[in-house]
Amino acid sequence: MAEYLRPHCLEEALGVLQRPFTVLAGGTDFYPARVGRSIDEDVLDISAIADLRGIARGPGGWRLGATTTWGELIAADMPPLFDGLKQAARDVGGRQIQNAGTIAGNLCNASPAADGVPPLLALEAKVEIASRTGARRVPLARFITGNRRTVLAPGELVVAIHVPEPAHPARSAFLKLGARRYLVISIVMAAATLEITDGRIAAARVAVGACSAVAQRLPALEAALAGAMPDASLGERVEMRHLAPLTPIDDVRGSAGYRSDAALTVLRRLLQGFAA
Amino acid sequence: MKVSFTLNGEATAWDGPPVTRLAAALRDDLGLTGTKIGCDAGDCGACTVRLDGKQVCGCLVAMGQVEGRAVETVEGLANGTLDDLQKSFLAHGAAQCGICTPGMLMAATDLFALNPRPSRTEVEDALGGVLCRCTGYTKIVDAVMAAAAPAAFATAASGAAIGARIPRLDGHAKVTGTDVFGADGIPADALWIRVVRSPHARARFTVGDLGPLRSRLAAVLTAADVPFNGYGIYPDVKDQPVLADGLVRYRGEAVVALVGDRQTVLSIRDSEVPISWTPELPLVGVDAATAPGAPLVQADKPKNLLLDGGVRHGNAGDAFARCAAVAEGTFETAFVEHAYVEPEAGWARRVGDRIEVYATTQTPYMDRDEIANLMRLAPEAVRIVPTACGGGFGGKLDLSVQPLIAIAAWKLGRPVALVYTRPESMAASTKRHPARVTAKFGCDAAGKLVACDVTATFDTGAYASWGPTVANRVPVHAMGPYAIPHVKTWGEAFFTNGPPAGAFRGFGVPQAAIAHEAMMDTLADRLGIDRLEFRHRNALRAGDTTACGQKLEHSAGLAQCLEALRPHWKKAQADVAAFNAKNSIKRRGVGIGCMWYGIGNTSMSNPSRMRIGLAADGTLTLYSGAFDIGQGSNTIMTQIAADALGLPVSQFVLVTGDTDLTADAGKTSASRQTFVSGRAVEGAGRDLRQQILRLANAGADAVLTLAGSTLTVRDGAEVRTLDLGKVGPLLGEGTFDPPTKPLDQDGQGIPYATSGFAAHLAEVEVDIELGTVKVLRMVAAHDVGKAINPTLVEGQIEGGIAQGLGLALMEEYLPGRTENLHDYLIPTIGDVPQIECILIEDREPLGPSGAKGIGEPALVPTAPAILGAVHQATGVRVKRVPLLPHRLREAIVALKGTP
Repeated sequence: MAEYLRPHCLEEALGVLQRPFTVLAGGTDFYPARVGRSIDEDVLDISAIADLRGIARGPGGWRLGATTTWGELIAADMPPLFDGLKQAARDVGGRQIQNAGTIAGNLCNASPAADGVPPLLALEAKVEIASRTGARRVPLARFITGNRRTVLAPGELVVAIHVPEPAHPARSAFLKLGARRYLVISIVMAAATLEITDGRIAAARVAVGACSAVAQRLPALEAALAGAMPDASLGERVEMRHLAPLTPIDDVRGSAGYRSDAALTVLRRLLQGFAA
Repeated sequence: MKVSFTLNGEATAWDGPPVTRLAAALRDDLGLTGTKIGCDAGDCGACTVRLDGKQVCGCLVAMGQVEGRAVETVEGLANGTLDDLQKSFLAHGAAQCGICTPGMLMAATDLFALNPRPSRTEVEDALGGVLCRCTGYTKIVDAVMAAAAPAAFATAASGAAIGARIPRLDGHAKVTGTDVFGADGIPADALWIRVVRSPHARARFTVGDLGPLRSRLAAVLTAADVPFNGYGIYPDVKDQPVLADGLVRYRGEAVVALVGDRQTVLSIRDSEVPISWTPELPLVGVDAATAPGAPLVQADKPKNLLLDGGVRHGNAGDAFARCAAVAEGTFETAFVEHAYVEPEAGWARRVGDRIEVYATTQTPYMDRDEIANLMRLAPEAVRIVPTACGGGFGGKLDLSVQPLIAIAAWKLGRPVALVYTRPESMAASTKRHPARVTAKFGCDAAGKLVACDVTATFDTGAYASWGPTVANRVPVHAMGPYAIPHVKTWGEAFFTNGPPAGAFRGFGVPQAAIAHEAMMDTLADRLGIDRLEFRHRNALRAGDTTACGQKLEHSAGLAQCLEALRPHWKKAQADVAAFNAKNSIKRRGVGIGCMWYGIGNTSMSNPSRMRIGLAADGTLTLYSGAFDIGQGSNTIMTQIAADALGLPVSQFVLVTGDTDLTADAGKTSASRQTFVSGRAVEGAGRDLRQQILRLANAGADAVLTLAGSTLTVRDGAEVRTLDLGKVGPLLGEGTFDPPTKPLDQDGQGIPYATSGFAAHLAEVEVDIELGTVKVLRMVAAHDVGKAINPTLVEGQIEGGIAQGLGLALMEEYLPGRTENLHDYLIPTIGDVPQIECILIEDREPLGPSGAKGIGEPALVPTAPAILGAVHQATGVRVKRVPLLPHRLREAIVALKGTP
């Protein structure tokens, strides 16, 4: 008989992970991967650990507990810095998925089309990982290493996502392209955070998802945006060469060529939207 | 693990593996089957419940997480009565098959807890996680919007049932979650089957020693266990095995059936079943199947040809030379999945020397005969008791779970159940035929059609299924609903190693309509004639003779449909022009699509027999074999019966579908039930009425009232009473078989006794830069002869439009790649626009009160209308559907010459 453990404290969970367990939180990726067969692996359910929940603001930035759901994020009182992440949350699945799926689960599942990844990349999020022997923080860009792959080692658990306080007042946005209105996997999505001071962009962070095995920041575009005014012409600064980090593929949702083409449009509209 | 929680307000204790899904615990352990399972993957929302007041998918919640929390299900909504939301669903016709209804209700309840006066967008956002395949969502949104003050139910007095918008008679069970679908009534002691299916599209295989598995299970079935291992729709084509015998012809084909206790069969992985595979190169698509030297899919079908044939009238070859304008094009469509929200499910038991099958189906009598044939039993030894059917659309006309549960239950003497998973349902079941339609149409300078030449080539997949029906029906319809003197049409279907293509709402006609309607647009544009007026000029009218040589005597209301659309069309054209004058990135277009559709089988007998009984105690029972799969035939048949007999609908009791208790009313298919079974039930009502009038010696206009076992007959001033205890029981019977004549080798004859006609208008907005299409508005005009229940007719139209929209814009089944409801996309509540229905009633004298069918006509014109609108918006004439964003964007770029 397989084991199912649902500890209330993190220490206990990390102790359990001394041997292999499948981690369960919101269940929105766990159960779909187990349709029509009995579940016989050992499961560590982390949904009862209070330390993993909730959103808190500290001196250096924000801490999003690993098992914070999309719905909790949408309902949370957050500054415009998080508008993009909130929009991504609203575009995840339907309300049912938003009420169950967790932010860290989205990162750990590491789908190329994970809706949470581009906005968190654009927030320069760091992933806090704990194990029985210690803790470490890994920038999200290094946390996901490939399609469905992360740096998580045996015994490790994601406990929180940290979003640093930007140097200047910042706003963020997110735009998703799918083939239907709800319950849709992205063909292309993009997120951007702009730090604005004296009416000009002091720093820009832009990321695109579903156009490479792991969502990518676009440093050349970010450089091109620095110093610009966030007006309606901002989108015109996007050029095809800025998309060089992307390596889109053909799949059932779209062709590689279309993805590049659409990424350009999505980015332009996303940036244009900051003027509104 | 013991879990204590609050369930619908009651403290509840549950014990079991904590990783058990909440939806499974509710259904299997706590007996609350109102929560439905459509995918077990969070893709469909049918299992939506509230957990601590928030909507979640019950299939994604571990029971271990439910400890101490509050769960609310559909059963808790109003404690057995109806709350305002449920009433509103009933009054608006928001439940059709009912399988998504509990999920919709719970999502809406979640919304109302936060927001008592939601806007339309807020309703869509809240319900966006629940898929519905029947309704097109329109009436669901209306019902939720109106729930704060639900409308009173429409009622119908005696003699006034026809035309009344009464709520569906089986609706109460659907909005309370008490309707029993295929997976809902399985006995607790039933054994379960898990089917091992082929991972290859074409392979030879051998099965090794099953001894070790058999020792763990009640049985392991292979081809050798099937008494006659072949089934199929046609008496002479039994080409599909229940379990493959050494050779598989499509990915998903059943190979071995594991029978045992549920937990055990679900715990055995495919890799533990000793099957050794020798894959062969599969034939993918018609080009591969017709290539020189292509291997055969069916050994007895040379050239992989299933069937071909056509219609020839006049001399199309010569006539094109005399045309002022000629249009040509080739159009392709994909495999399309029915995606009913209820996966195939059912159970069977042996009762002495009979087998009883309780399963979801569209065709109880065909199932009975087919099971008898497979098991080498007499048909009378088989009883089919259809469960509620959670959507069919043609996909539940073929056998699914029935043979294996029947064979296993027969062999083991215990009830045996089988419930398909979503991926299994998608991989195993039939699909819409992919088509390549090459069309050439010509007209004279005045815009009158002169000639057409259409060839429709279909991929029928691995087995015949309903392929012959498609190949026969399409040539009769491929010229479109127009009077054309010179016609040549051809249909052909080829076997491939794709999934079996079978029946899907429209039997190939939707594919052909994409071609003929594109031709209408092109010819009209070429001559500078308005697209609607061009169609109006050419519309088939009563008195015209079709390409099959059939004179349409009555009820050909296409011109009326177009006239009804004309003001909408003119306004939409003006709106679109005004919008486009100001916008370049978003471009709008308006399109029109027309269709005709023959009701019932093509030139083949398809009789219905219906009975109405009046028992000695006064119980009035309609025995209907016309099975209701959500479209509403339970209600329609009763409305017709009530007026034919002269008693109110409210006095009828329904017995439906059970082959032991009802007569054969044919299949729920070919849009035939209202027309064929409706005419039969009208006859049954009249027959019973005649018997009563004779007993009372009363005249034809006498008024009946039934109270207890006393039947009162008022004939003018004369009042007579009949004591049913003495004169009963009485049984009225009616039969109808629509008159047709076989088609000769040139397709000349009378294929159908009547046809439905329709025209749809679509207004779309295209994002030129992204290639996305949003359908803004649809107006649908349908000649239905007579709308027996306008609400139900509208429900069919709205649902058909949603499926037509999916066909046009998003649906493409690719074996192994889109076998779930997140990679295979069907329209959500946010994708279907507001729909205006216009009902034209050009009476069909053969039909009950003049009625014809609506099920399939509803879908056919939608995709052509959308594609015409896309053409107007972009200049792109779409040659391949679905028109996914990347395909449209690439076509726009190609047309402009630059990105």
